[in-house]
Parts: sequence; structure tokens; C-alpha cells
Amino acid sequence: MKAFADLYAAIDATTKTTAKVEAMVHYFETASAADAAWAVYFLSGRKPRQAVPTRKLQEWAAEIAGIPNWLFEESRSVVGDLAESIALVLPAPKYQGDRPLAEWVGEVLLTLREADEQPQKAEVLAAWASMDYQQAFVWNKLITGAFRVGVSQLLVTRALSRVSGVPAEVIAHRLMGEWQPTPAFFAALIARDAGDADISKPYPFCLAHALDCSPADLGDIGEWQAEWKWDGIRSQLIRRAGQTFVWSRGEELVTERYPELKALGELLPDGTVIDGEILPWKAGRVLPFGELQRRIGRKTIGKKLLEEVPVALMGYDLIEWQGRDVRQEPMTWRREQLEQLASVTHSPTLILSALVVASSWNELAAHREGSRDRNVEGLMLKRKASHYRVGRVTGDWWKWKIGPLTIDAVLIYAQGGSGKRAGLFTDYTFGVWDAGKLVPVAKAYSGLTDAEIKLVDTFVRKNTLETFGPVRTVKPELVFELGFEGIQPSTRHKSGIAVRFPRMLRWRTDKKAEEADSLAAVKKLLPEGGG
Amino acid sequence: MCLECVVQNPLVIPTESGLYCPVGDFYIDPWRPVERAIITHAHGDHARAGSKRYVCAAPGRQVLQTRLGPDAAIDALAYGEAIEHNGVRVSLHPAGHIFGSAQVRLEHRGYVWVVTGDYKLDADPTCPRFEPVRCNAILTESTFGLPVYRWAEPTATYAGINDWWRSNREAGKASLLFGYALGKAQRLLAGLDAAIGPIYLHGAVERMTREYRAGGVDLPPTQPVSAAPPKHDWAGAMIVAPPSAHQSPWSRKFGDKSTAMASGWMRVRGARRRRAVDRGFVLSDHVDWPGLHTAVKESGAEQVWVTHGFIEPVVRRFRELGLDAHGMKTAFEGEADEPEVVE
Repeated sequence: MKAFADLYAAIDATTKTTAKVEAMVHYFETASAADAAWAVYFLSGRKPRQAVPTRKLQEWAAEIAGIPNWLFEESRSVVGDLAESIALVLPAPKYQGDRPLAEWVGEVLLTLREADEQPQKAEVLAAWASMDYQQAFVWNKLITGAFRVGVSQLLVTRALSRVSGVPAEVIAHRLMGEWQPTPAFFAALIARDAGDADISKPYPFCLAHALDCSPADLGDIGEWQAEWKWDGIRSQLIRRAGQTFVWSRGEELVTERYPELKALGELLPDGTVIDGEILPWKAGRVLPFGELQRRIGRKTIGKKLLEEVPVALMGYDLIEWQGRDVRQEPMTWRREQLEQLASVTHSPTLILSALVVASSWNELAAHREGSRDRNVEGLMLKRKASHYRVGRVTGDWWKWKIGPLTIDAVLIYAQGGSGKRAGLFTDYTFGVWDAGKLVPVAKAYSGLTDAEIKLVDTFVRKNTLETFGPVRTVKPELVFELGFEGIQPSTRHKSGIAVRFPRMLRWRTDKKAEEADSLAAVKKLLPEGGG
Repeated sequence: MCLECVVQNPLVIPTESGLYCPVGDFYIDPWRPVERAIITHAHGDHARAGSKRYVCAAPGRQVLQTRLGPDAAIDALAYGEAIEHNGVRVSLHPAGHIFGSAQVRLEHRGYVWVVTGDYKLDADPTCPRFEPVRCNAILTESTFGLPVYRWAEPTATYAGINDWWRSNREAGKASLLFGYALGKAQRLLAGLDAAIGPIYLHGAVERMTREYRAGGVDLPPTQPVSAAPPKHDWAGAMIVAPPSAHQSPWSRKFGDKSTAMASGWMRVRGARRRRAVDRGFVLSDHVDWPGLHTAVKESGAEQVWVTHGFIEPVVRRFRELGLDAHGMKTAFEGEADEPEVVE
């Protein structure tokens, strides 16, 4: 556990990817296969569910620290993190233990959930008594199900590749889907010969960066393929050995949630993997994303919901065909196969992503202006010769999104942030005017510089009107331009609208609160016919 | 005056100009110009220019003069030496905060107040250790008045800093260590192992370090950064600078480097990350949570006044523990989690 805690600290202490990879390489070279398997599991973003309720942990920590609960709570709000607060108040360890990570997880963590309160408490206190600050911190992150560390899966695969000599793409593929963190799994993960036989395994998604230059800088438009950028759930539909699997980009197996796609899978030949987007699709057009949200997270879908919000797969790419991994074939070739497949399949549930054809970048830009009317976020640009690469790539694929909708709104509530922003007021709620009052329309966390955050933080502290738990009501004075991707009517919100991906574009220091937008003006942004 | 009356008429009250002793008619660390000011230590939020006469502890006199300017009229008192002012007996006692820092003891008709100023209980080679002073009422700071703030033995922190320096040197990097120019920087210097490599100082640190040496504080040999020739190779060197130098154009000259900040705030991960330094070392010149309890207990005070920092939780906790505790709002900043202005 100490080695793993040190690894966490090393990764946490730097922003340099080379140093992070170096730390992981060092860990994997020295760790046992059992520990390494769990480390891969945690580092790649998987985590066991919360093993002990927060409330109990908090009570026990306060108890052995000899402080009342309210004081722990006070400390936690300053630290901004439960696991860290506990590690900080715990008395120095009685002895320095160093049980292996795999033992801590396998023998303690995984049994904690089902244990009764007394043994649960005994286990947790015994663990704390043997751990220094760094170990206790990581352990607390694990048992609260809140473990996160600043490495992407890409970096983990790079480190494993360095340790094993197996190409990073192969490691990435072996890490997809569901697996158990056993020594055997780790051995197979870094084994040179394949024997990869799991038929459900998806491929790592190829992702795009936002276009950060003029499209003209991309060269000849003839070398590029343009498609609409849809706002749904990026997914892979897999058909192998007579079975269908649907994976979301979050590497979640969601087959059972989308019976429409399961049915579509029946129509596909074995050895087929389509990369696409799950969209709420009815009568030939896309429904608002909010409708899709009604289906996300539901494991069983009622008949009514199926009728109201049917889904379809917008097919973007074909990455396995006739049982062969075709990611190294050029985009145009993959596209041709996908078109043929779509026409043969002839299912209303498989929609071929339309190509947006233009003879110049200016013409394409003009098409892009119509994005909002089509309920798309803009365009995707893919180099015709491009392979289907692993992770977020630069140069071959670009997102060319349209500018956001914008409104000017007033800061009305503020709440403390967590992690890097702990102890600062960084989470804001904004209001617009309605009948002389400010009604909340959006929450936003991002878009300000560190210097601006500090200024707003100072403002919040000096201008608090009321405090409700962690939330402060502030004097309505600061105006911000907010950007968002979409707006829909909503019955769940007081304002009657819901906005998608709100963020702060800039601080309108030139505007007074009275000059912010009215709710009526904001509602004019709603799509025609109520969206 | 009966004892009850004395208790009800505090020896120190907050006013617009600062902490004031009504009976003695003088101020302690006032933030506006006044006739007579007793200064606990020379940090900017405690020692402000413009008052007619100042009193401070003898070792801190020179630093205070440098801070306030050559025209400031400053009387120095040896630790423990007492003066009478309008019937109030005033003496200064080591606070352990920085070189020359003091607690103020006030006695009137047998009733004793102690104003701690900023203080810490931990060992610090650059100043005498905090001296517990028995009193009826204590006015304590609470900069780190939460149980999460607990300091390790300073020797362990020094070892961590020297290890970091050594590994930077091995990697061919310069080590850039940030701490307040007055106090923290010298305390860091005192813990550095000069055998590892050369030590350089930022101008602001250099000036204060000179005062420390003049006052007889033993520090390892250093050179000013400005004395190094152009294109100097900084690999392996330690450079001590104020926090405001972090990410400044000045800091670019050191080439490949690792940065670290030494402060009590570094105890919390969020603060470390916000600082965007490679390492955060927990080293504070303020009292930690257990120390705060020890100090109050050892003072024997029946009444506790709590100022700058976490006033409310500290007052509430002390009340739970049976003390007659109160908050007092002041303009002191404690160990501000902000870059200080480069002087």
C-alpha cells in the first residue's frame, strides 16, 4: 500500500506527463502482479462502490481525533475533500504497517460493504492505526469510492507499454470492457502474445480536439470529410459470434438499456463493430438531448418511454469488418464499407451520418451556420486518409463547433469548490430578471482565470447576504456573459428553461446588474416550436 | 476597582484604529497612525508606518526600523523588562514567531492580559522559543485554528527540503524555494544543509537576512542572486525567494528548476495545487491546532479572546471545553495565502 500511496503522491505532485509515466513505470516494475492489477484498475478510472457511508466515516474519524462532529464538518468545508480531511485529523499511526494493496482491497475493502457496523468500524480503525497520512488519504479515497488520480488511460497504457514492450494500442484494447483485476489478468495484459478472445471487447474510441485554427489552415478541402456533429452518446455497436454488445464512451456496457440497438445488432453480420452516436430519434428527426437523458441511467425501459423516446444509432465509422480490425484502413475505405453495410441492413435504427459536401472552406462554413436549426453542435472534420486512432488525436480529426448561445446573467449564489479549488468560492449560480426579481437560470464552474476566481472569491466573502449550509447568497452585482450549447423548456426548473453546458465566457465588468438579460429575452433563444 | 469591574472593562478592546488599551491609552499593532504603538513584530499587517512612537522588543528593533523607515521613533524593551504607562505595566515576552517577535503582557491592578501577536510553539533556530506567560485573559491568533492544521517536527520538514534539493541537484536542476522574505526565509536558511550546494537569495530576502545576521542569528553562507554573473549556471543551486517571485520573469533565468513553497497552508492539497509549485513543504510560523490548546492552557487564562483566523470554530470549541471564550475582529491577516508584494 505504501508503494501505491507513493505512486499517487508522485503523480499528484506533477503536471508533467513524462514524470507521471516515469512514476508508473517505476511502480509497475517493482509491484507484484496482484498489486499491479489493482493499480491498473484504479489508475484507469475504475473504482469499487463506496464501502462505508460517509456519515459513519466522519463520525469515527472525529471520535478518534477527539473532536466533535461539527468541528470535523467545519474542517471538511475548508479542506474541501472528505478523504483528505479524515487523513489530516487522524492521530499519528500507532505502527507503520505496509500490507500489499491487493490484500487491502481484496481482504478488507471488498468485504467492508457487507459487514455489520461493529466489525466495519473495527476494520476501518485498524486500517487507520497502521497508515501514515499519505496511505490513509489514498485508502480513504478508495473506501469512499472517490478515487481519482491525474492520469489519463492513455498515460497508463504508455507506462504499461514501456514496462512490457507491448504496443500501447494493444494494451489499450486489452483494457477495454469488463475485466477482473487478478494477477492472471495483469499477466495477460502485458503478455507479448495475444490470445485476446473476449468477444465483447470494444476498441478504444478515436476522439477529436476542438479546431484551434482557421479551417483553411487544414489545407485542401478535398482531403477532408465533413459530417454533422451530433449531441448524443458516443457508442460502439458490436456484433460477434451471434451476440450484440453496446458500449458507451464511458466504457459502460449499455446493451440492455437500448433494446432498439440490440435488435439492430441481430441484423448485422458477425465480426462487425460500428462507431456511432446514440440519438433520441423520432419521425426522421433528432429529439432534444434532455429527452435522451430520460433513458440514460435506466436499466429497464418501459413501453411508454420506448414509444416516446426511441433511439437510433447515427453511424460514423466502421472499425471491425468481417471479423477484421480495419482501424488501419483509410477513412474513405471504412466509409465505403459502412455505406454498403447501411444500405444492406436497411434499418431505420441505423442512420448513416450524412456527408456535408462543399467545394470550399467558405461554403462549408456557410453550411455550418445552419447547425443550430438542425440541432447539431457543428461539424466534424476527418482527414480522408486518416486511420482510426486511439484516444484524442491531433491533426486528423477536428471538432468544428458553432459558437455558443450567450446571455448576460447576474451572480446570485456561490459555493466552495473542491480539489484544486478547495476553500475558494468557485461554483456559481446565475440569475436573469423576471418581474423585478432574479430567477436562477444556470450553474457554471468554468471559464474564469485563476486571478478572476480570486477576485470573485473576495467579492463573495465581502458581499454575503445569507448562508445556507455551503451556499452563500451574494449581493446581486457581478454580471457575466454565459455561453451554452443549447436551451430547452423545462418543467423541473423554476425559470422554465434548462441550458446545456453552461460556462462563463467573460466577466462583464462594464455592466451593472440591472443591465443583465431578462428571462423573456432568454426564452427567445428557445428553438422554434418549443424545441 | 473590584475584580468584576476589571473583567467587565477589558484591558484591550478593538477600535477603528486597532487594538487599544483604554486604561493605558496606547495601541497594540494599530492599523492606523496613533500616538503610541506597541508592536509585536515587523510583518506588514502588524507594523504600519505613521504612528508617533513605537515600542518593540529589543532584538526586533533594527528590522522594524528598516520596515518603518529611518524617521520612525522606536523604543526598544528587552524581553521581560517592564515599563509603566498610565498605571498599566507593560512587558514583552518571546512569541517564537520570527526574530524579535513578542507577546505583550499588560498588568493593571493585579489583573493580567496577554496579547500573543503571531506566535508558534515549535523550535526555530532564528528566534527564542515562545514563553508561556501566566495571565487572566489571553488574546490569541487563530490563523490555523482547525484540527486539520497540525505541524510535524521541523527537523523532519528540513530533512524533506534538503532531500528535495539533493535530488534536484542530481537531476541538474536549480531549486527555487518560496517563503516570506522576513522570518520564513531565514528559518528555511537555518535548516538548509549548505554542504549540498550554493545558496542564493532574492533581493527582498537578502535585505532581511542581513538584519538577522546583524542581530546575531547564525545562518549558512549565501550570495545575492544579483551578484551572479550573466548566463550563470544555476544547476544544483538553492534559491530562496518570496512567494511573489513564483512564475515571475525574474524566476525564468534559473533554467531547468524545481519549485517549492514553505507554508502552513501547504498542509492542504487544494492549496498546494493552487500554488502550482512542484512541492509544498508544511512549515509555519503560526501556532497549530494542538499548540493553540497548549498555549491557552499554559497561560492559565480564565478568559480567552480569539482573533484573526478561524475565530468562530475556535471560540465554539473553547466554550465546549469550559473556557470563557470570545471572538475579537481585527485587521490582521495572519499567514495570508496570497503572494506578498515584492519589496
